[in-house]
Amino acid sequence: MTRIITTYGPLLAVAMGQTLLLALYGLFFACIIGMIVGIMSVLESRVCRAIAAVFVNLIRGVPMIVLAYFIFFGVPYLWNSILGIGGLTLTALQAGSICLALNCGAYMAEIIRAGIESVDVGQMEAARSLGLPWWRSMVRVVLPQAIRTMIPSIINQFIITLKDTSILSVIGFPELVNTAKNVVAATFMSFQTWAIVGAMYLIVILLLQRAAKVLERRLKYDA
Amino acid sequence: MKKIVAVLLSAVMLLCAGAALAEDYAIATDTAFRPFEYTDETGTLVGIDVEILAAIAEDQGFTYTIEPLGWDASIAACQAGQKDGMIAGASITDARKESGWIFSDGYYNATQSMAVAQGSAVAGFEDLKDKSVAVKIGTMSKDYADSLAGEYGFTVVTFESSPDVYQAVIGGQCAACFDDTPIMADYIKSNGVPLQLVDGTANEGADYGFAVFSPDKQELVDKFNAGLANIKASGAYDEILAKYLG
Repeated sequence: MTRIITTYGPLLAVAMGQTLLLALYGLFFACIIGMIVGIMSVLESRVCRAIAAVFVNLIRGVPMIVLAYFIFFGVPYLWNSILGIGGLTLTALQAGSICLALNCGAYMAEIIRAGIESVDVGQMEAARSLGLPWWRSMVRVVLPQAIRTMIPSIINQFIITLKDTSILSVIGFPELVNTAKNVVAATFMSFQTWAIVGAMYLIVILLLQRAAKVLERRLKYDA
Repeated sequence: MKKIVAVLLSAVMLLCAGAALAEDYAIATDTAFRPFEYTDETGTLVGIDVEILAAIAEDQGFTYTIEPLGWDASIAACQAGQKDGMIAGASITDARKESGWIFSDGYYNATQSMAVAQGSAVAGFEDLKDKSVAVKIGTMSKDYADSLAGEYGFTVVTFESSPDVYQAVIGGQCAACFDDTPIMADYIKSNGVPLQLVDGTANEGADYGFAVFSPDKQELVDKFNAGLANIKASGAYDEILAKYLG
């Protein structure tokens, strides 16, 4: 155990950094995708709702490992060889971020849709009857109420996404699990390595949860 | 091919039924390490490792089951005692012996080389500066690439299987890959994988050996060695190699 920590500790710490970087990129774009798609799914336009539903169902219906392989290996091949356009290369970080953003974005969209729908219709109707346009009613009246109910689910989704980065070890991104596999291969100490890696994830996620609790309390007091 | 497998399978089944005392070994192997182990179009596990083991088992009169767990999982399963041994094109190295691998005699000498996408401008290690190179986790090829990475200024990227490694090169995500020479030659020949081996990039190579991870299993290694000598003498060994490497 100490041998792994002293010899490979710095390597694993760097890998944890890469995991966080990947999660950060993924979550950032996932929030954007989730917000756009989530709002699209409550719009009156049928086309918008249909596009949102197709996106969510498509992404939710495909395991993330398949999505990862598809984006990293499949998309450049499709682009360069089958379509013959050429010139597209994706690094593991780019492919991984896209993959996380799409996957997490689909779940976020559902959380946001559910959050908006949980706000009583009367709120929107009241705002509209006061003469506010739809968008302003949404942004000023409905969303602020919806966000409070969404927060726990969103934090939960953040944690799931952080752990999902481990799936991206298969596309060669040097995050924690990929690095740990290399450490195991070099030392043949599976138990020790995986115990350390498990503890590292646990610590980071516990810290994230603590931060989330603080945020949740702050938002509640504001209300 | 199918006939041989069918005959072997029935031989194994007969042995299972007839000899209740015969030991049943559980052997692990890699999923896709062609031509040493891979699944053919009928879904049967075939390859040099698979057939050598079958021939040795027949010669030595033991029964076994073989399961393609993948490289990492095979090692872990053997260490945990869930499997008795593994035959997965494992190079015999001092580093591995020190960390608890117990190897049989070598059954095949393999070198590692570099390959690039067909038509690539990379003609040698010196063209790899600031580029990334794909290798499989925990292999001799990874060690080989690591040993050159500093000098030539490239990054080593690790994947779980050879097909993933090749895909990364074909797709352009990596500029080159390092893998065992016979494996890459076979992929290029049999599957038409658009890669080319780069001349003059091979290392000295090492022997592949059957491996166990506990001194209790020494008996299985002894049987393997005895059987290997016998099939080499009988010509069965050469037949298997000729069949896969042509």
